[in-house]
Amino acid sequence: MPPIASAASAAFDTGPRRVRLPVLPGRAILPSVLAVAAFGAATAVASDYWLDAILIPFLIMALAGLGLNLTMGYAGQASLGTGAFMATGAYATYNLLLRLPEWPLPVSLVLGGLITGAVGLVVGLPSLRIKGFYLVAPTLAAQFLIEWALNQYPWFSNHTSSSAISAPRLAWLGHDLSSPQGRYAVTLTSVVLVTLTAWKLVRSQTGREWMAVRDMDTAAAVIGIPVGAAKLKAFFAGAAVCGIAGALWAFAYLGTVDARSFDLDRSFQVMFVIIIGGMGSLAGSFIGAAFIVFLPIALSQIASNLFGAAIDGGQLQNLQHVLFGGLIIALLIKEPDGLAALIARFGRRLARR
Amino acid sequence: MPDPILRLSEVSLSFKGIKAINALSFAVARGEICALIGPNGAGKSSLLNILNGVYRADSGTVAFEGESFARIRPLAAAQRGIGRTFQHGALFGKLSVLDNVLAGLTRHSRTTLAEHAFGIFRDHAQTRDFRARAEETLGFLDLSSHRNSIVATLPYGLQKRVDLARALVGRPKLLLLDEPMAGMNRDEKRAMSRFIAQARQNLGITIVLIEHDIGVVMDLSDHVVVLDYGRKVGDGPPDAVRNDPAVIAAYLGTRH
Repeated sequence: MPPIASAASAAFDTGPRRVRLPVLPGRAILPSVLAVAAFGAATAVASDYWLDAILIPFLIMALAGLGLNLTMGYAGQASLGTGAFMATGAYATYNLLLRLPEWPLPVSLVLGGLITGAVGLVVGLPSLRIKGFYLVAPTLAAQFLIEWALNQYPWFSNHTSSSAISAPRLAWLGHDLSSPQGRYAVTLTSVVLVTLTAWKLVRSQTGREWMAVRDMDTAAAVIGIPVGAAKLKAFFAGAAVCGIAGALWAFAYLGTVDARSFDLDRSFQVMFVIIIGGMGSLAGSFIGAAFIVFLPIALSQIASNLFGAAIDGGQLQNLQHVLFGGLIIALLIKEPDGLAALIARFGRRLARR
Repeated sequence: MPDPILRLSEVSLSFKGIKAINALSFAVARGEICALIGPNGAGKSSLLNILNGVYRADSGTVAFEGESFARIRPLAAAQRGIGRTFQHGALFGKLSVLDNVLAGLTRHSRTTLAEHAFGIFRDHAQTRDFRARAEETLGFLDLSSHRNSIVATLPYGLQKRVDLARALVGRPKLLLLDEPMAGMNRDEKRAMSRFIAQARQNLGITIVLIEHDIGVVMDLSDHVVVLDYGRKVGDGPPDAVRNDPAVIAAYLGTRH
């Protein structure tokens, strides 16, 4: 380097303002392996109640959050269509299992995700003309339209008279997977594989394009990033992940396929997962999902221990809503990057000691 | 001019009836450093925005590499090899220096979403190739030690250099620099001038830049175009422009 340049760079260097990336790949591998091992061990140890009522919904909510995080957290495209994407995934997988029963379960799950991705791509088309907050409107329309279509056309539910169809039994290679352990194994495997793929994706050129579009879309186009294509890819990938989450929700958690469990409330719930956990952070999806699944349980435990029968279920639920609402407002003001950023900052402070 | 890479003829642009650029014509030779100077509001930044498609000229044509167009989109301009830096922070603030520079390589990417997601086929080779190219540019601009810093946390002078790195890494044929030295001290300006001169010399990139510091302009450029109220009042080698009475009246004679 020429001496002038070195001198100039020394002048630029104004001390300890540099910040390391919050998640370094090398350091992330060990905790991830440990976490997977812990969840694997849980299969053997945890009671059916824990698997059924806590761990399975936690993992699936985390997966749905991860899907929305790709679209909204990484690429900056706000979406309230998550519920609809989950419903699409559930119905697509249901129909694949029903009409092509000879195809193995993993293939049906992946195909269900890809079909949902294609639907997500169409829902994402308005993002080519509409920016930022206003994009919520067309995704909201998609949420209502898809929910309506699934109820309106009986072909989707195989002409079942009841609106809740019981899901086919989960089985693969002759193994019955309908026990809590089996459903947990299916969920855990899917979540791990999808998370690894997403992790690869956000660190690739595609992930960089998404974040560039999110941070400064005009500059992104000027330096040669196809902004429209990047947005559509984000809708495709995000919806595909939400589709797999929806299929798991129906098959591994509820045991029924029901469009009502994928309504607008679900879209909001998943959005809360990533606002609380951290937008633009894969770990944030898991932290947010843990929060949203564990807090109500912890709350009802505390309430019944402290007040006994003085607080009824309805009041408890209202209290829960108040707590979530307050927390979301506080986080949006104080820490827009969510609990993941808060934890990362805390970790750095500990490491400095 | 024997081999112009860029030729503007009769280009005009107005905002709500105010002429920002008025029937402007000039040419930029391949491999030269061309400076656009003029008082604030003379239409310099607007001109750069026309060249890479952020604005659309009301009339006139721009020919790049012999191909004329009335309107080009920013993405198409980038893909043809027109690079650009910005006057004010247009970096991807939450990304690291390395990621910002890697983003500048997008127009050379040949891999698909599936290859990225599963790390298959050409993904590995391209990742390695991009990383090497980015490192080379970081080294060239003396930014290697900052590769993992989050851009928003860097001081202004360094951000300007990251912006240049992001534009240079894609090896544009024509590079538009919007006040690359604004707000810098003398040492920083000298370093930046040196980088710009080297980019032309080592990489053969043609450069059009906007700069207010007349000393820097005279030292660095081969060709100066002077604008005032959207009109061209001077065009030629630095020495000729410096002594042109019309230019002195419009620009050099006034205090800033």
